[in-house]
Amino acid sequence: MNSMRSLISRHPTILVGGLIVLAVALAGLLAPWLGTVDPQKLAPLNRLKPPNPNAWFGGDMVGRDLYSRTIFGARVSLIVGIAVAVLSTAFGLVVGLLAGFVRWFDSIAMRIMDGMMAIPAILLAVAMIALTGASLQNVIIAITVSEVPRVARLVRSVVIGLKERPFVDAAHVVGTRFPALLWRHILPNTMAPLLVQGSYIFASAVLIEAALSFIGAGTPPQIPSWGNMIAEGRNVFQIAPHIVLFPGAALALTVLAVNLVGDGLRDALDPRFERR
Amino acid sequence: MQYVLGRLFATLPVMAIVAIVVFSLLHLAPGDPAHVLAGETATLEEVQRIREALGLERPFFTRFAEWSLGALRGDIGQSIFFGRSVADLIVQRAGPSIALSLLSMLIAVLIAVPLGVLAAWRAGRMADKLSMGLAVIGFSLPVFVLAYLLIFFFSVKLGWLPVQGYRPIADGIWQHLRHLILPSLALGLVYAALIARITRAAMLEVLSQDYMRTARAKGLGLSRMVLRHALKNAAVPIVTVIGIGFGMLISGVVVTETVFNIPGIGRLTVDAILRRDYPVIQGVVLVFSAVYVLINLAVDLSYAMFDPRIRQ
Repeated sequence: MNSMRSLISRHPTILVGGLIVLAVALAGLLAPWLGTVDPQKLAPLNRLKPPNPNAWFGGDMVGRDLYSRTIFGARVSLIVGIAVAVLSTAFGLVVGLLAGFVRWFDSIAMRIMDGMMAIPAILLAVAMIALTGASLQNVIIAITVSEVPRVARLVRSVVIGLKERPFVDAAHVVGTRFPALLWRHILPNTMAPLLVQGSYIFASAVLIEAALSFIGAGTPPQIPSWGNMIAEGRNVFQIAPHIVLFPGAALALTVLAVNLVGDGLRDALDPRFERR
Repeated sequence: MQYVLGRLFATLPVMAIVAIVVFSLLHLAPGDPAHVLAGETATLEEVQRIREALGLERPFFTRFAEWSLGALRGDIGQSIFFGRSVADLIVQRAGPSIALSLLSMLIAVLIAVPLGVLAAWRAGRMADKLSMGLAVIGFSLPVFVLAYLLIFFFSVKLGWLPVQGYRPIADGIWQHLRHLILPSLALGLVYAALIARITRAAMLEVLSQDYMRTARAKGLGLSRMVLRHALKNAAVPIVTVIGIGFGMLISGVVVTETVFNIPGIGRLTVDAILRRDYPVIQGVVLVFSAVYVLINLAVDLSYAMFDPRIRQ
């Protein structure tokens, strides 16, 4: 508890970012009780209305309440961010560990990872979603596939670095079995870099989901997501910029908060980046 | 020379894997991709037509052999919607995308490198905190949100620049640039944030070296020290991130062209998504990945310029 407090006081960005992420998460979770109406309800009178006391963020081009849609939109971003971060670190960890310990697997897997990393993430996702159809699940799978190679590379380099270290040799010499070696010495040392990488993946997944929805290859239009809202407001931007600006601000703030947590964790966990 | 050849050969397996991954997607997709591509309202004949157009019924390896032999000759398939070769479509649309990405890259480097150097030079001080704070914000801003903010201020409010559209160079260089300034700025600023962070880290590393302390002790000023000694030694990580970040730039091109209605390859891709024209999507993925690999090859080769040890 004490070390936690000193960590946060030395790296205040973790606290600031963390609180914003928490607020966004609570907003998404408690969306129905935050003064929202049905985000899909059409109210023709509210069409293109700028923000006003009845509709805090105004209305979109078919009169749906933008405040409600922005609050509900937090759900998609956070679900995608968390799911991709968890899934890609899990798969990346397995591939990275295998590559770090099994030589024949290493050469094959790393060539494949190199090839996949050469394909720009959004384009790989676009191709996969074009073939499988737009759904939240397919968006998560598509973004995960493009993030796994980055995690696998990271874990592999950590493992290879650790194998050279005297304490791993020592564990070998005293007869530690492989599962115990893995569990006690290797895995704990991959956690810090994975935590940092995981938070950056979270941020990038939120960005990619929004970009995919914006270009029409992401979350289906019947689900309110920030990327969808921005795409819908595109054609009326000059007369009703608020339709794009509110979800845009929510998106930018969320990604910024997650990146602040990532930067703070990196500074805190990696002594090389410690400020002088 | 050996270094150059080595690097050149190292790109071949990467390109081969890219081709295999891109090609396999179609065949590994769960369910029936022809059905998905045809859409929910399609008749059985339409589904069948798409299945034949994509060669889904023939064996995987036969199709792959044909396809990769074709790709080596520059034939990367036929568009279902246009009925024309995908390669032709891409070449036709390449101009605006190349102009956009080069200008964005230029803007990014011109902003990021001085900012990163300044931040490292004043490490821990106000200027450092301010510029790195800006970098985190730039890094977190989605390209299209930044793009709309720029349009809002510079086009809608101030009326200085066009809201969207594109003019080729043939219409005059000023007309051409006028339409590219906002898109390249939006794309370049995000990219700049990434480069600035790495520039700062690389410069910090170099500035802590003994020879830099000597230079400082000799009384060399900032410009002499930074330009003569430090920047050259920090160049390898900086050009590396310029290359790696190019993947981000490519993804950004797709989004930016949609915002500004620029008729480039990105726009072609987005239209292909709406028209469910898979061969075009596949071709664009292949071409953009190849460009990315080539840019990074160029980056690898440029190391030799900065670090004579690599030449041996």
